[in-house]
Amino acid sequence: MNSNKLCLEIIRMSGTDPKKCMACGKCSATCPAYKEMEYHPHQFVSMIKNGEIAPLMESESIYRCLTCFACVERCPRGVEPAKLIEATRLAVVRQQGKNRVTPDSIPALLDEDIPQQALVSAFRKYTK
Amino acid sequence: MQVNEYKPLIVAFCCNWCSYAGADLAGNNRADYPAEVKIIRVPCSCRVNPTFVLKAFQRGADGVIICGCHPGDCHYTSGNYYTRRRMAMLFSMLDYLGIERERTRLEWVSAAEGAKFAATMRDFVQKVAALGENKRLEDLRCKK
Amino acid sequence: MQRIGVFVCWCGSNIAGTVDVKQVAKALESEPGVVFSTDYQYMCSKSGQDMIKDAVRDHRLTGIVVCSCSPRMHEATFRKTASAAGLNPYMVEIANVREQCSWVHKDIIIGTQKAIILGRAAVAKVNLNAPLTPGESPVTKRALVIGGGIAGIQTALDIADAGFEVDIVEKKPTIGGKMAQLDKTFPTLDCAACILTPKMVDAAQHEKIRIFSYSEVSSVGGFVGNFTVSIRKKARYVNEDICTGCGACVDKCPMKKVPNEFNLGMDNRRAIYIPFAQAVPKVATIDPNACNMLKNGKCGVCAKVCTAGAIDYTQKDEYIEEKYGAIVVATGFDPISLDKFDEYAYNNSKDVITSLEFERLTNAAGPTQGKLLRPSDGKHPEKIVFVQCVGSRCSSCSEKGKEYCSKICCMYTAKHAMLTRDKYPDTEVYVFYIDVRTPGKSFDEFYRRAVEDYGVKYIKGSVGKIVPEGEKLVVQGSDLLNNRQVVIDADLVVLAAAIEPDKSARPLATMLTASMDTNDFFTEAHPKLRPVESPTAGVFLSGACQGPKDIPETVSQASAAAAKVIGLLSKDKLVGNPCVASSDELMCNGCSSCERVCPYGAITYEDKEFRMPDRTVRVRRVAKVNPAVCQGCGCCTVACPSGAMDLRGFKNDQIMAEVDAICK
Repeated sequence: MNSNKLCLEIIRMSGTDPKKCMACGKCSATCPAYKEMEYHPHQFVSMIKNGEIAPLMESESIYRCLTCFACVERCPRGVEPAKLIEATRLAVVRQQGKNRVTPDSIPALLDEDIPQQALVSAFRKYTK
Repeated sequence: MQVNEYKPLIVAFCCNWCSYAGADLAGNNRADYPAEVKIIRVPCSCRVNPTFVLKAFQRGADGVIICGCHPGDCHYTSGNYYTRRRMAMLFSMLDYLGIERERTRLEWVSAAEGAKFAATMRDFVQKVAALGENKRLEDLRCKK
Repeated sequence: MQRIGVFVCWCGSNIAGTVDVKQVAKALESEPGVVFSTDYQYMCSKSGQDMIKDAVRDHRLTGIVVCSCSPRMHEATFRKTASAAGLNPYMVEIANVREQCSWVHKDIIIGTQKAIILGRAAVAKVNLNAPLTPGESPVTKRALVIGGGIAGIQTALDIADAGFEVDIVEKKPTIGGKMAQLDKTFPTLDCAACILTPKMVDAAQHEKIRIFSYSEVSSVGGFVGNFTVSIRKKARYVNEDICTGCGACVDKCPMKKVPNEFNLGMDNRRAIYIPFAQAVPKVATIDPNACNMLKNGKCGVCAKVCTAGAIDYTQKDEYIEEKYGAIVVATGFDPISLDKFDEYAYNNSKDVITSLEFERLTNAAGPTQGKLLRPSDGKHPEKIVFVQCVGSRCSSCSEKGKEYCSKICCMYTAKHAMLTRDKYPDTEVYVFYIDVRTPGKSFDEFYRRAVEDYGVKYIKGSVGKIVPEGEKLVVQGSDLLNNRQVVIDADLVVLAAAIEPDKSARPLATMLTASMDTNDFFTEAHPKLRPVESPTAGVFLSGACQGPKDIPETVSQASAAAAKVIGLLSKDKLVGNPCVASSDELMCNGCSSCERVCPYGAITYEDKEFRMPDRTVRVRRVAKVNPAVCQGCGCCTVACPSGAMDLRGFKNDQIMAEVDAICK
């Protein structure tokens, strides 16, 4: 798929409309994971709107998003950036072999402090 | 060819403030549209009683078009919204009675849209002509 | 039976070029009712019109059909001709054979055929025409202005200066409105009180103006030129005519802890109070919810100290009924409630304030005598953050904010930031903005001055959250131009809250049958060409009740509304449009369908006695159209299930006859 088509697909999956964005930046202002992200929520909105999807899909940012939905809650225009990020992540996972978490990687990730639920949730979120 | 010689009879209801003025503008610009269209002036598209439309079909009209101001521009604030709802109901009922959807139309034409008026009329006449004569509702007793 | 004359115009070659006018005149001669038919080169010329007049006389015509240009062009001309010939002007119909026939068709055979059909339709219509006389109604030469802010004051002054009586109804104890609360006004920075209070005094002293302060409109009846309005004068427990406004009662009142609404609750007032020093009328008002005497009969201090004897604890609400020719709505605006915007901590910290509160904080007559001090601890703030678009342009949160741009915030925020830097150059001032919108005379220059000359730091981005931490407020926002998140430990945060129409506007609109948009702003009769009139005849709009506005715009709209009112009141009689709806009361079953669709509230119901065939009398509810209010759209005629409602000039049988003639 070319990047424009992929963007439309991501918009469809997320059920949001990035064209509604008025570039106020409240999503990025409110984001608790802002410093961890290479691309910030408002950039996701603007880049997906403009059809620039490749850098986002290759970026670690999609895994840094906590899916806390603070941006969704605060956005005055109902753009819902977190859903766009989630859809981008899904687009990556849907490509074969792009699973973020594999059973082999689990032992290395294991940590006594991680609740089991987090591992299960990681599988749900990062695998096809 | 037979089809080309057939001239449909079209009744157009135009609201005084937008569409009738739009039709006048079409005239001022010498925009050509078929002479089959005969315009009746009404103060507002909401003045068009569904019985007028039925009457036209009964009397042998082949198509009826209602033109009003664009939504939000009604001279009487909200008349065209009523028209929109009433005509949706009427056209759907007429469809059920066998008057094809193409024979009825509701169009928003502003006083500045002379070209749109002419184009709409050309298109409408062509569509109705393709359907042929309205035989469903025509009251044969009305024929002389 | 009508005696109709048909006059076919050549319009030079405009019509005659593609329509065989002689053939049209001949064809129409045999139509029912037609007794005379002719053609002429220019019907609208003097000799053409004389020809019509002669024909009316010679052939005793009762109706006229002119096949000529569009009725939008010369209908009025030929109606005058008919009048001059002694005929009712509404017995004239025009068949539009120029714009809608000769000009759009090239073939003379086709054009002639169509012109005959159009003429036939017009003849069919005239056959059913009835003489119409426009109704006349007298005009009460007095105007009512609802709202005593700058909009209402300006409108009232302009109307009064033209020599008409004006009443201002203001719900607060004083006129002045929001402008009285402001400190300085952009872009010239003259002080609001200095330019407003003289106008307030002018209004109070004008012999043509009466001010009903602390009063509300309780009901409105009637129609353009003849409104009857009932005004509720709320009991203020002080005799307005006697009170001198000396303030002795206020000083002695023991109830000292009543939040002062004029200072937006940032300080306290007494139970008996005068809102501010320059209040008009300058009389005291007792707050019945705070006064001990009114609540449980214990106190009475104010009555004791009042040397004029103006205090009257037994005062009751008073209703005044007055007649008006025109009503101007000037109900203004209010900032929205910020309760639902948790992220800005407005309810958690005293140091997060709205811009209107900031106005009071910097106003010399305000709670801090104009010193910029933090509401929480009275310290001088060193870092101030202004946040714009709080609740404005908020399309997804209709339960919290407003979808529209509030228009004035960019400018007053620039003003606040500039004045802060001017008075206290040691303070750091940040403004978070989404867009800076400064269309207006000297507006952008003003904003640029704030940035360039006063060093206000504008940050493109929004504030995500504000967290009170110790004495500070941690403001987390985004700086989009530098693509980073910024955190500012501010001492004071000022929120530019969206503005909304005053809450009293909606019930008022219902009383006036004036329409409103979804945001409760009054709608204008035409957004471009009739911006100060409501679609309801005789109701005019002034100021922010019609949409967000700054002071210069408000004042110009206020004067515009006044001009419209003066135009109306200077008429002795209103001549209506005779093409209005009318109901056949024998057929009407009183179902209210027509009343519901009427955009003007022109239809009312009355109980009417009907004599039955058996000589009994029955009372039935029937619709009645007020011809002075009806604008003649005809919506009701279609809504009427029994066919009782009809529209004069465009009657059902007339349009049916046209349809018949066309389809013949």
